[in-house]
Amino acid sequence: MAAETAATAAGGLAGEMEVEAYRRLFPLAFLERHLRESVRPDARRLSEPRPTTVALAAVSSAHGSALVRLGDTAMLASIKLEVMSPSSEAPDEGSIAVEFHMPPICSPLVRPGRPAEVAPVISKALEDILISSGMLNLKELSLISGKASWLAYLDVYCLNADGSLFDAALISAVAAFTHLEIPLVSVGDDGRVFTVGGNEGKSKYELVNREKRKLMLTNIPFSLTCALHKDSVLADPTAEEESIVETSVTVVLDSSDQIVSIQKPGGGVTSMATITECISLAKDRRRKLREILMDSVEAMEVDQTD
Amino acid sequence: MEESRAGGRNPNQLRPFSCTRNPLERAHGSARWSQGDTIVLAAVYGPKPGTRKGENPEKASIEVVWKPMIGQIGKQEKEYEMTLKRTLQSICLLTVHPNTTTSVILQVVGNDGSLLPCAINACCAALVFAGIPLKHLAVAIGCGVLEDGEVILDTTKAEEQQLKSFAHLVFPNSRKSASSKAPNQKEEDSERGLITSITHGVMSEDDYFSCIERGLAASSRISDFMRTTLQKQAPGDV
Repeated sequence: MAAETAATAAGGLAGEMEVEAYRRLFPLAFLERHLRESVRPDARRLSEPRPTTVALAAVSSAHGSALVRLGDTAMLASIKLEVMSPSSEAPDEGSIAVEFHMPPICSPLVRPGRPAEVAPVISKALEDILISSGMLNLKELSLISGKASWLAYLDVYCLNADGSLFDAALISAVAAFTHLEIPLVSVGDDGRVFTVGGNEGKSKYELVNREKRKLMLTNIPFSLTCALHKDSVLADPTAEEESIVETSVTVVLDSSDQIVSIQKPGGGVTSMATITECISLAKDRRRKLREILMDSVEAMEVDQTD
Repeated sequence: MEESRAGGRNPNQLRPFSCTRNPLERAHGSARWSQGDTIVLAAVYGPKPGTRKGENPEKASIEVVWKPMIGQIGKQEKEYEMTLKRTLQSICLLTVHPNTTTSVILQVVGNDGSLLPCAINACCAALVFAGIPLKHLAVAIGCGVLEDGEVILDTTKAEEQQLKSFAHLVFPNSRKSASSKAPNQKEEDSERGLITSITHGVMSEDDYFSCIERGLAASSRISDFMRTTLQKQAPGDV
């Protein structure tokens, strides 16, 4: 009832009010008027995701890093490797530690004493998906079986939060892993493993691993978040759309289009047909994201050989 | 050959479940929901005046606190809290009591698999016992996918460790037809949608949809159980 009267009041005032004021005062009516013309407030079609760019080697001091922009959402992922002793249950496997940070720079809603609610949830979801998708073979992170292995610290920083945070975080994490180069190490006299750099290092010390290696990644997962409003499916919502629309579905697919994860936390009752549509949108998105990632990897390799 | 599950259950069989009404006297509503050895105690306090900063004052807000059985509160608990909050927000009528906060506190008493579905069922029952206005009930079920693609319902902890993947699904309750003719089960099922879906592990699209199908069928049983348990008791009843 209240919504109806607000909408008619909005209709009456619309002629007199400025667009920005209307947008702030009646966000739902503003969005619905756009959806009636099958377009969104930022002039995208309903199923169109925002332009995505991936830049590898964003952090020169890290062993692997990537800066991803998904429209205005920006994520920086960096990986640092540290040598540690493997656990007794898996002596020839390394491990990863994933942390997702939302510093106050990313959004006016996040303040130092008020951490974002979604940060630990995205952090856990990232870790689960990186491991369950089978992208990483932890045996590749092993150095000396039973004695030394790599612990990869993956830190993802949200630099600008404008919707679809999980999607951007996953792309940046995956891109950082494709860029990751394992440094050369050698064993010292005291039995400690240390990293060796430069060309003289190669000839001076006895190396544990022959050459700097990149990880072999199979089954790279990519995701797409869709906001569901009545009958419309909005792919890759912005923060404004996410705050108005209560229901969202995140579909993560791997390279053989198998479902790695479907997260739909609450929201309205959704039909199976809508879920099927979200999955097919995610399939298209996966193919495009894979191309974008491969292009940036090739561009990186060209730069290195120059 | 179908392997029988531990405890002799067949793939579609749920563990015996029970719901205790208002075990906590001080809470406005509470429920103790058990599915086999998985037991969750949910308490509802509310509606209390005022909303937290950042929440919409034109609607009621829901606050969820999850207390694990052992250990400290970590990311897993935060994830459960967020999932529960959003699921409960979609079943409650939020505009009836604007600018109020309803707190839902969960305590895990026993964990033997299918913890999140058990918790959601417990919350839903506790909300009904507290008299919070709801649009419909939330019926939750856990489905697991085995290596050969077989779907099993209501997984135990031991089964969850062997599974390829599993899904926790929440459906609205099945409708009781007012007309005298028996409703066509298949038609009714296809109209029911999905409120929440949380999956872990890799599964194919077909596996996912067969989980939903099986889950939907099983949820009508839980739904009927809820309907009888949650009905207000007449003064004459014990």
